[in-house]
Amino acid sequence: MPVDVAARVVENRPLSRDYNVLSLDAPAIAAVAAPGQFLMVKPGAGSDPLLRRPFSVFEILRGANGAPIGISILSKRIGPSTRLIYDAREGHRVDCLGPLGRPFTVVDPPSDAWMVAGGVGLAPFATLAQAVRARSVRTTLFYGARTGAELFYLDFFRALGVELVLTTEDGSTGERGRVIAPLDRLLGSRSPRSPVMLYACGPEGMLAATARTAIAHGRPCQVSVERVMGCGLGGCYSCVVPMRGEDGRYHHVRSCISGPVLAADRIRWD
Amino acid sequence: MDLSVKIGALLLKNPLIAASGCFGYGVEYADIVDLSTLGAIVSKGLFLAPREGHPAPRIVETPAGMLNAIGLQGIGARRFVDEKLPELRARGATVFVNVCGTTLDEYVEVSRVVSDAEGVHAIELNISCPNIKEGGIQFGCSLNGTFDVVSAVRKATRLPIIPKLTPNVTDVASFARAAEEAGADAVSLVNTFLAMVIDVETRRPKISNVVGGLSGPAIRPIAVRMVHECRQTVKIPVIGMGGIADARDALEFMIAGATAVEVGTANFVDPFIWSKLLDGIEDYMRRHGIARVVDLVGSLDTRAKDTEWISS
Repeated sequence: MPVDVAARVVENRPLSRDYNVLSLDAPAIAAVAAPGQFLMVKPGAGSDPLLRRPFSVFEILRGANGAPIGISILSKRIGPSTRLIYDAREGHRVDCLGPLGRPFTVVDPPSDAWMVAGGVGLAPFATLAQAVRARSVRTTLFYGARTGAELFYLDFFRALGVELVLTTEDGSTGERGRVIAPLDRLLGSRSPRSPVMLYACGPEGMLAATARTAIAHGRPCQVSVERVMGCGLGGCYSCVVPMRGEDGRYHHVRSCISGPVLAADRIRWD
Repeated sequence: MDLSVKIGALLLKNPLIAASGCFGYGVEYADIVDLSTLGAIVSKGLFLAPREGHPAPRIVETPAGMLNAIGLQGIGARRFVDEKLPELRARGATVFVNVCGTTLDEYVEVSRVVSDAEGVHAIELNISCPNIKEGGIQFGCSLNGTFDVVSAVRKATRLPIIPKLTPNVTDVASFARAAEEAGADAVSLVNTFLAMVIDVETRRPKISNVVGGLSGPAIRPIAVRMVHECRQTVKIPVIGMGGIADARDALEFMIAGATAVEVGTANFVDPFIWSKLLDGIEDYMRRHGIARVVDLVGSLDTRAKDTEWISS
């Protein structure tokens, strides 16, 4: 059951001119959040901006004794709400409703876990990487950005024993181009007898390409979708995704309560 | 303190109603809100058949408001009765069904289906959705259409009938009068204002339906004025809505003449708003020595104020 917390900002760490990580004092959410779940966040009081915005839970923050004390969100400044999040100061209050939505299904060995992230779509993979590595699952992160300076938290994933496959559009770090190329190549060279679960989060085009690649190689794939969302609770029907139902036909499914994690092969990618 | 209000023969325990299209089918909120503590909840708009609605994006935020064009996605009246109503009944919710139709016959048939079901307390007639091509607003934008659909449904049900009026007309009060003459038990207003938002970089509309309905605090003063006009024109109760975000806003509508109020957009921002609204109304009643909330309804004081300030 979600709770609404007026969470105190304990740290605001800028990662670049547009990206920042906001750490929030929210033990009630941190104690129950699962990888892939999200929060509806309202960084300012009043009616402009009016609505909350959805953010994946990025990190679970823990106290000295290991107990969960808060969460962080990874934000990219693109509008009024993310500008407030970028500019938030220690001590500010940010309303956080959560945790919401259906989390990733976490695999066990002998399956490997391949996470495919683009830009701010890295957010759900910090907690997912911890969960799969805790089960000793061999894990790879395919991570793409425009430029090397926008690839974040690489040491965090390395420390967990996650193998990194990096791509940048300008070629400044890793392979030049997009993550789909190495993903397709490595899936192609993998033995069909070695199971792997794909997880993807990022821009819509990247999700669609990941879904197509997974389907082409006959691999299961869970995607975390992002839609313009009004409430996060199933009330407004804003955030729908066309998904193939049991009847074989496509229906509009609310990504807030049926997702945000959805089976890639059932989505109609427009 | 007595917070109860009457809509036709129906007694609501308080004047707070969850607005149609803003509260799913109610069951989505059952784990975080005690549905029995609300005056009523209004279901999403229902036709006879299920509908998929418009593609995303379906909403866009605007200054102190939002634009939506969901397109009345819904599971249809029969599935609502079979799949949602039992839980609402078990939770003790007072349920209004928002009845839609593309034809007069469909309004009547949907009304019959929900009237035959146990646990439906009133019908809100959706003659005002701005986002679908056929039906709905074509009845709500014509006085004869409004009269005809209310008359037809009146013959098909004994439940209270509450036509939901569109503000996208020149004189909303005349529509309230047409509804009253046709046998409506109350009217609710306002539905959203037809509006549009364009991304100037791409020159594309920001929602897939091009146009949508504007809601939220931005529309509140217009909605209050329209409720005030309807209160002066009809004797049946007026249910007010449009941008209510706190108890003062709800009180403003009641003072303007609303017997009850619906809350929509604000529930998206704060799903725990209901107890805060109730507390705020009770606090106001205590401070003003008001024992019955109905005594506030239409209590607007328009007498000329003393003019001392002019000379001072």
